[in-house]
Amino acid sequence: MHELSIVSSIVDSVTETLAAYPGARVKEVRLRVGALASVIEDSLQFCYEIATRDTPLDGSALVVKVLPVRMHCDKCAEDVEIASLQSFRCPRCGEPLTDMRQGRELEIDSIEIDQVEENV
Amino acid sequence: MTTRIVELRQGILKKNDELARSLRAQFEASGVLVLNLVSSPGTGKTEFLQRTLRELINSGAKAAALVGDLETDNDARRLAASGAPVRQINTHGICHLEAEMIAKHLDGWKLAELDYLFIENVGNLVCPSSYDLGEKIRVALLSVTEGEDKPLKYPTLYNSADVAVITKIDIAQAVGFDRDAALRNIAEIRPGVRIFETSAKTGAGMAEWLAYLAQQRSAK
Repeated sequence: MHELSIVSSIVDSVTETLAAYPGARVKEVRLRVGALASVIEDSLQFCYEIATRDTPLDGSALVVKVLPVRMHCDKCAEDVEIASLQSFRCPRCGEPLTDMRQGRELEIDSIEIDQVEENV
Repeated sequence: MTTRIVELRQGILKKNDELARSLRAQFEASGVLVLNLVSSPGTGKTEFLQRTLRELINSGAKAAALVGDLETDNDARRLAASGAPVRQINTHGICHLEAEMIAKHLDGWKLAELDYLFIENVGNLVCPSSYDLGEKIRVALLSVTEGEDKPLKYPTLYNSADVAVITKIDIAQAVGFDRDAALRNIAEIRPGVRIFETSAKTGAGMAEWLAYLAQQRSAK
């Protein structure tokens, strides 16, 4: 259960970004999370509510996009999605796969904010 | 009021990753081989590491260890019996080690005088896999008492391993360990990974493991 420390990092990064947008309110924070990133969305959501309290992120929604594991298959000469996390083999030719191209991401993709217009 | 989207495209663990990268550069420049040992609690990491340290020191190598636990310095005291310099990292509830904890605990150690530095992570099969500590080799351990399907249950961790170590093979028969299934499951999650079958108690498999360490160190 390291989701709380992950969410705390999210709050820090977003708060830093907000410095450039004074008075802005955060509506949504969008993440890209690989299927092998070892975080659980339910735990993230649970921690998010607690960790954003009394911060500029209070009341915002956390949207998690899960990225499937993609590996490169030398034999097929292309990237393939593995059928399950219990078998790192090419779903087409059965070749064991070691070259991961996607699946461990843990990123803030973007945030949606409401901003008071300047010079109004 | 206007609504806008601000692109961040930023790693959530960016601070940890950046610090880990600088640690890795520091380790490489010093010529010390750094290994990060991960497994569930009770796999026998400390026993395995204690034997490894003792044998390395007896052979004239210079090895040190950092050991992570939520509380107590019991493991550091056990490991120090090997004669190696050992420091305990108490995480006080945090379920994994982070690069910053490593950086803090290296203070005063002359890395250039070390051949090997072992980092024994907090016993946990989930969280440590997300945190780069700047190690060169991540070692995932599995004991014969844990069930052969553990790699299938925790693919995030076993897939991130550079090498796998099976521990406590001296009691494999007594606990009905299915060796073929274990080897097959590890290979299914991490194809081609080198697997050592060891017993810290009898010393079985330790010669191969120590030869691997020496070879990895000279390959630097």
